[in-house]
Amino acid sequence: MKSVRRLLLALAIGLLIVPAASRADDAPDPYSGLASQSFEDIAQAITTLAASGNPQAAPTIAALQNETLFVTPDQALLIKTDDGYTNARTGEKVADVVEDDLANVRVNNAVRRAIEAASGALDLVSPDPATRLRAAAQVFTSRDPTSLPLLGAALAKETNAQVRTALLQAQAAAQLASNAGSEADQLSAVATLLARGDIEAKSLLGSLHDNPQAVLAKATAAIASIERMERLWSLAQGLFYGLSLGSVLLLAAAGLAITFGVMGVINMAHGEMVMLGAYTTYVVQSAIAAAAPGLMGFSLMFAVPAAFLVSGLIGVLIERTLIRFLYGRPLETLLATWGLSLVLQQAVRTIFGSSNRDVTTPGWMSGSDAVMGLTITYNRLYIIAFAVVVIGLLMAVLRYTALGLRMRAVTQNRRMASAMGIRTPWIDALTFGLGSGVAGMAGVALSQIDNVSPNLGQSYIIDSFMVVVFGGVGNLWGTVVSALTLGIVNKFLEPFAGAVLGKIVVLVALILFIQRKPRGMFPLKGRAVEQ
Amino acid sequence: MNRLSTTICVILVLGLASLMAILNLATDAGSALHVPTYAVSLVGKYLCYAILALALDLVWGYAGILSLGHAAFFALGGYAMGMYLMRQIGTRGVYGNAILPDFMVFLNYKDLPWYWHGFDNPAFALLMAVLVPGLLALVFGWLAFRSRVSGVYLSIITQALTYALLLAFFRNDMGFGGNNGMTDFKDMFGLPLQADATRAGLLVASAVMLCACLLVARFVVTSRFGKVLIAVRDTEARTRFLGYRPESYKLFVFVLSAIMAGIGGVLYVPQVGIINPGEFAPAGSIEAVIWVAVGGRGTLVGAILGAVLVNAGKTYLTGAFPELWLFALGFLFILVTLLLPKGVLGLLQRARS
Repeated sequence: MKSVRRLLLALAIGLLIVPAASRADDAPDPYSGLASQSFEDIAQAITTLAASGNPQAAPTIAALQNETLFVTPDQALLIKTDDGYTNARTGEKVADVVEDDLANVRVNNAVRRAIEAASGALDLVSPDPATRLRAAAQVFTSRDPTSLPLLGAALAKETNAQVRTALLQAQAAAQLASNAGSEADQLSAVATLLARGDIEAKSLLGSLHDNPQAVLAKATAAIASIERMERLWSLAQGLFYGLSLGSVLLLAAAGLAITFGVMGVINMAHGEMVMLGAYTTYVVQSAIAAAAPGLMGFSLMFAVPAAFLVSGLIGVLIERTLIRFLYGRPLETLLATWGLSLVLQQAVRTIFGSSNRDVTTPGWMSGSDAVMGLTITYNRLYIIAFAVVVIGLLMAVLRYTALGLRMRAVTQNRRMASAMGIRTPWIDALTFGLGSGVAGMAGVALSQIDNVSPNLGQSYIIDSFMVVVFGGVGNLWGTVVSALTLGIVNKFLEPFAGAVLGKIVVLVALILFIQRKPRGMFPLKGRAVEQ
Repeated sequence: MNRLSTTICVILVLGLASLMAILNLATDAGSALHVPTYAVSLVGKYLCYAILALALDLVWGYAGILSLGHAAFFALGGYAMGMYLMRQIGTRGVYGNAILPDFMVFLNYKDLPWYWHGFDNPAFALLMAVLVPGLLALVFGWLAFRSRVSGVYLSIITQALTYALLLAFFRNDMGFGGNNGMTDFKDMFGLPLQADATRAGLLVASAVMLCACLLVARFVVTSRFGKVLIAVRDTEARTRFLGYRPESYKLFVFVLSAIMAGIGGVLYVPQVGIINPGEFAPAGSIEAVIWVAVGGRGTLVGAILGAVLVNAGKTYLTGAFPELWLFALGFLFILVTLLLPKGVLGLLQRARS
């Protein structure tokens, strides 16, 4: 079948190119061929028509394919449309047709093959650039040398730059694969493929063997250069994945950097604050789906503040009822908050069930885009952006607001702050609420990439603590650097060691690191550290 | 008081375990006095947990090291025992391979990995069961205490340690059975594991080992060494200025504790009949901490009491009201830390005085 198609295509091209120069005068009129009774004439007419570049060729062949092409008794061709008939040759409307006199243009398998081949050739000169692009890509993969003349013809009148590049690449591929054209042509073809620089170009260049020596040498050099670019891009891709994992870690750890880093409270229920944020997203989306489905695309905009409020309020509640009794007893705090995390997990399991909840990803967040040699998935990109915004806001709150000033005052010197008239218990509750609220916002982001289940928080708690400890307790910038470092190191270890072993290596490295620098990368200095 | 409670504890543990073993073996199934075999193994399991709790109390109660990864040592001991039991299966496995355990045949192993050699010898396996946890504790503790990692930081890295081991043992390439672990054991020391007599014997052995560990731990904490240890726990800096080396004291007790936990694991595996990476889960280690807290931290006997009480409660609740168990455990953590800082034993002491 394929070879038949190729033969027919070759025929089509031959007919297109060879008589091209003098076509206007002495080429047999394809339309009269179509009206013929002989299948052979019809098939030949199709090929001629396809090659003619006639704007009426495409609708005529399409009509033939749909069996809406008819012959009148006086050998005129009519296309049946929804509202009457048009003349196939001119495209003009035809009035007063006697339907009983019409006969279908006859089609058999040979004719069908001719139609198929012709539509492939037609695509290269189709008025729609997207179709031309697709046809060019097809030739690039088939590397069919018989398409070369047709490609030349198409290139001669191509004006769209993108399609032109694709056509040139297709031409280069066909030329090199069949060892066609002069050495100079082939050398420029290698250059074209090098400019394309992807894996297909590389495999094509690698498969050459019969070409002239100079071409082969240049191809080898081009392969090396493509491989160099590939390594560079895969490095960049790894960096992107690392950044994206790092910002997930950062989001998960940001709240902890406040509650543990700034306040010194070991909150083992931190992961559950994240989990509550994810469930808030689910509830918000369910509410929107029920009340205003049109707003679904903006559901996350509602979920972020809602999650901040839910987790933040629960955080304040926890601080008031549990943690304030345990200040200065870090190990007891650890145990009590662990207990709390079990209670919260079970409560969520009782309310929502233990199976995963479906959280919808809005359309603008899904999908991906290839930028140069990089694959950028939108949800990862948005999470990186979200992490930047959250950390920026957090730092701004701590640095520039009255609340932030008081928080820093209380954590640096509680008694002095109290003597200055700051209500320290109230500030404690708000600080804890802020940290928990940030964890809740992280939950919204994590609901987009992870399963929303009662165990969601558990999987982040150890990582979060490692991030904060590695970065240096009480130092938000340290947390940022540490999260990104861990994310990138993890992703770069993965290809060598596999995901699990990579993670183990990172954990062991962290344990060893803490032995060397027990207070993290960026330790706080001064007396307060010893307490 | 402490000596008295220790004596009472030893008598109770040994007496009750022997009584259960005798009632299981000497009476018929229909008799009102009969103790079913599952109950024998269940209590045996509690006693193994009690050994773990005791080991944890030794480091947490007396040296102030809150280890959130102690179950790792327990599991390592268990894995050593599991490896011995796997080798004992021999040709009775599904694939009938005399050398390779079933999971290795399944994973296309050609030869026994080097670290599996010798585990067909019970003495070697038992040696490894105490040596491996002990060595891990030695290396980890040496690194940690030397650089004065303490308090919460130490807790977090012990948790990271057990988490790393959990991930490692989940891997099939590790050669420890991956996430299925090891199970389907047939016999140990030539005795069939399913037999009532073996089960009863294991219960008594667990009771004896628990009492031995209790006496060793008590000897350590009441000695001159133990006094320094308590000083380290309460004011490490001052003890250092007095000329002691706190890291050596902590290291010794940490290694001793890891070995005890390993022994607990050895007795645990034949009684529950399975060992898998789940034993390394950080949650399990933290649960062990609550046993100690419930019984009373720094009392040794309290740890045993707590382990048995909490686990009995767990058995009952997970059977009767499965969804309530995590609520109960969670509130137990909260209430004990808020209201019972000295645990049940502290409550009893207050009631007496």
